[in-house]
Amino acid sequence: MLVKLKIFRFDPEKDEKLYYQTYEVEADPMDRLLDCLNRIRWEQDPTLSFRMSCGHGVCGSDGMRINGVCGLACQKLVRSFKEEVLIEPLPVFKVVKDLVVDLGPFFEKYHSIKPYLITQTPPSDTERKQSPGEHERFEEAIRCILCACCTASCPVNQNKETENYVGPAALVRAFRYLFDSRDEASEERMDLLDHKDRAWGCETLWKCTEVCPKEIPVTQQIGQIKKRIYEAKHEG
Amino acid sequence: MNIKHDILIVGAGLAGLRAAVECVGQADVAVVSKVFPTRSHSGAAQGGITASLGNEEEDQWEWHLFDTVKGSDYLGDQDAIEIMVRDASRVIYELEHMGVPFSRTPEGKIAQRNFGGHTRDFGKKPVKRACYAADRTGRVVLDTLYDQCLRHQIKFYPENYLLSLVFDEKRCAGVATYDLTTGELHFIQAKAVLLATGGCGRLYKTTSNGFASTGDGMSLAFRSGIPLQDMEFVQFHPTGLYPLGILASEAARGEGGVLRNRLGERFMERYAPTVKDLAARDVVSRAILTEIRERRGIGAKDYVHLDLTHLGEEKIEKRLWEIASFVRIYLGIDPVYDPIPVQPTCHYIMGGIPTDLDGRVLINENGSIAPGLYAAGECACVSVHGANRLGCNSLLDLLVFGRRSGLTMKRDILQYEAPILSNGSTRSVDSKIRGLLNHQGREKCDSVRKEMQTVMMEYGSVFRNEEGLKKGLEGIRSLKERYKDIGVSDKKKAFNYELMEAIELGHQLDLSEAILASALHRRESRGAHWREDFPQRADRYYLKHSLVFPTPRGPEVRYKPVKITRFQPEARVY
Repeated sequence: MLVKLKIFRFDPEKDEKLYYQTYEVEADPMDRLLDCLNRIRWEQDPTLSFRMSCGHGVCGSDGMRINGVCGLACQKLVRSFKEEVLIEPLPVFKVVKDLVVDLGPFFEKYHSIKPYLITQTPPSDTERKQSPGEHERFEEAIRCILCACCTASCPVNQNKETENYVGPAALVRAFRYLFDSRDEASEERMDLLDHKDRAWGCETLWKCTEVCPKEIPVTQQIGQIKKRIYEAKHEG
Repeated sequence: MNIKHDILIVGAGLAGLRAAVECVGQADVAVVSKVFPTRSHSGAAQGGITASLGNEEEDQWEWHLFDTVKGSDYLGDQDAIEIMVRDASRVIYELEHMGVPFSRTPEGKIAQRNFGGHTRDFGKKPVKRACYAADRTGRVVLDTLYDQCLRHQIKFYPENYLLSLVFDEKRCAGVATYDLTTGELHFIQAKAVLLATGGCGRLYKTTSNGFASTGDGMSLAFRSGIPLQDMEFVQFHPTGLYPLGILASEAARGEGGVLRNRLGERFMERYAPTVKDLAARDVVSRAILTEIRERRGIGAKDYVHLDLTHLGEEKIEKRLWEIASFVRIYLGIDPVYDPIPVQPTCHYIMGGIPTDLDGRVLINENGSIAPGLYAAGECACVSVHGANRLGCNSLLDLLVFGRRSGLTMKRDILQYEAPILSNGSTRSVDSKIRGLLNHQGREKCDSVRKEMQTVMMEYGSVFRNEEGLKKGLEGIRSLKERYKDIGVSDKKKAFNYELMEAIELGHQLDLSEAILASALHRRESRGAHWREDFPQRADRYYLKHSLVFPTPRGPEVRYKPVKITRFQPEARVY
């Protein structure tokens, strides 16, 4: 089948402003959208830039806005599109070239929530024990591949006035450590998260959950962080 | 830009990050990566990491040692394998202490599952040895190590593509990189350089490997005059999703999945009566392709079925969530109810840059080292996997030898002074890039690459023979001629992926030639290297490692002995 793709283009080395370019590629219905983008680059226009790596939704490189919805180009099959497909870079982030955006601020925010296990008790010679139930509490959160689709889709992040909000991806990782029974820094973490640019930045708009390529219940997890902060305050 | 560090690590997969974590605080360490670190291909590892913890049932490191030696078809160096399997428990506990979210047993210990070729009591029956986090083990370990690096503020140069290794008169003195984000060239001086650049699965048409797995590090070492070891041993994973080649982890069979042919027959019973579907990967891949050749593939196509339908929805959702998701997205079927079409897919290269037990790169069969240069992970060959790697031994290899390389570099740099880079070496890189950009070539990367991948699939994959390998070599050599006229039409600096892919293709062609030449010279069948014209293992002639050297006349194959300590070669039956 013939697929038509209308793609956002911008190269600061030569373009004064952005424009859209339409390409047509021959594709099998079971091909990935990523295959179409590669075919364009390899056969028609090598100047088109986008990131990719694993090609099957594990590395998180090829997040982009597809017909207005953020997702991974390697997870979308051609057969699910009928008309022309509109492809744009992830919103929220600065466009570096075509579909490549600057994820520096995304990772800075991610880093700011202390994405690592904090413990004081010295570990034993073997593993720390954790029951399957305790593991299950955060198991969905470890599916996160940091593709940034959720943060890019969040209306709070999209709003200039609240752009300092760390965003759903960082909060998913915060949830993962806050609810890990091995972590011993829950007070420190809750102090950090109890802020309008962190847990309370979330306005429960569900966009993150709708787009997550790994089906993580993002909004619910942020809700659980809020609940835990609230309860800790009201118990104390 | 000119940059200086004590230790420079190229590659941000598990080997590179583990080495970095080892060095931080005691040396000025930096990591260069062609992709953003969390996009590294280690993250695609699904099934687990082996260690004889014995959390689910009795296990011993001696059994793990035996299985690995047998899995390697006796080509693995037993001293290296012993180091690896004896260090395995420490590795797992260390990861757990760092925060890796392993799946758990009801008692709260790290859960373990079956994996191909891992047995108890020297081959008697399968043993649960693979520690896992559902089927996303590589990803969570990668994330945890990356987070450790963030915590320790390790310097990263993401999206920097390695262009060359720079040597001064005495030793490796640094690297040159192309900064994809700006188009600039960087020269990074270092007292020690670790290559942890991963594999080269993209040489083949059907592969589980990511687009970045183009073997750059191996090829650059080779071009610097360093031989490559055991390159004829390329692993085809039995269960790639048909037709894309995306990996469906052996964990699927570890959890009880079985392979079936057109007749619904569980055919592995015929090929490996004791462990059946849990035989080593080379054995299972050959069995699948034999079924297909004998017309027992499904619907006259080139695949068989991986059947999980008897496992039940709960187990599939809990333990094999990622695989189930891949099947639903890419095949449009549900593994809870439908058998999965699978075919062997190029997965891993056992060969690579020869190193000693501490990651130092070896430049000949006498064990001389390349001062300042180290290698670990898939790009290296220490050799723990010999002629065939067992599942879940790769992550272990990355973590054991990544750490050991880090320890060695920390020690070695104390005796080294900061190198002084000559202008000559840096100028040559610059002119090479300019040459590529200015050349009005008529050949396109895409068509040369596609032909290379077809040639490698046809002549250099699971079944090989002399005639085919010679044809393959001819094919690759003519593609190398065409490559001389490669054109890069995008002349811009930043995010010039066309330029990067043109350079990658040069590496891929060199490695293809090295693989086929090594395969042609090994006139026996061992592990993943199966010669239809020499279907027996010939220990008398070939119980030795190949070393392929770059020479002006093309690749030249020589050999060096295998280290055998405890287990003498025996017939390999599963």
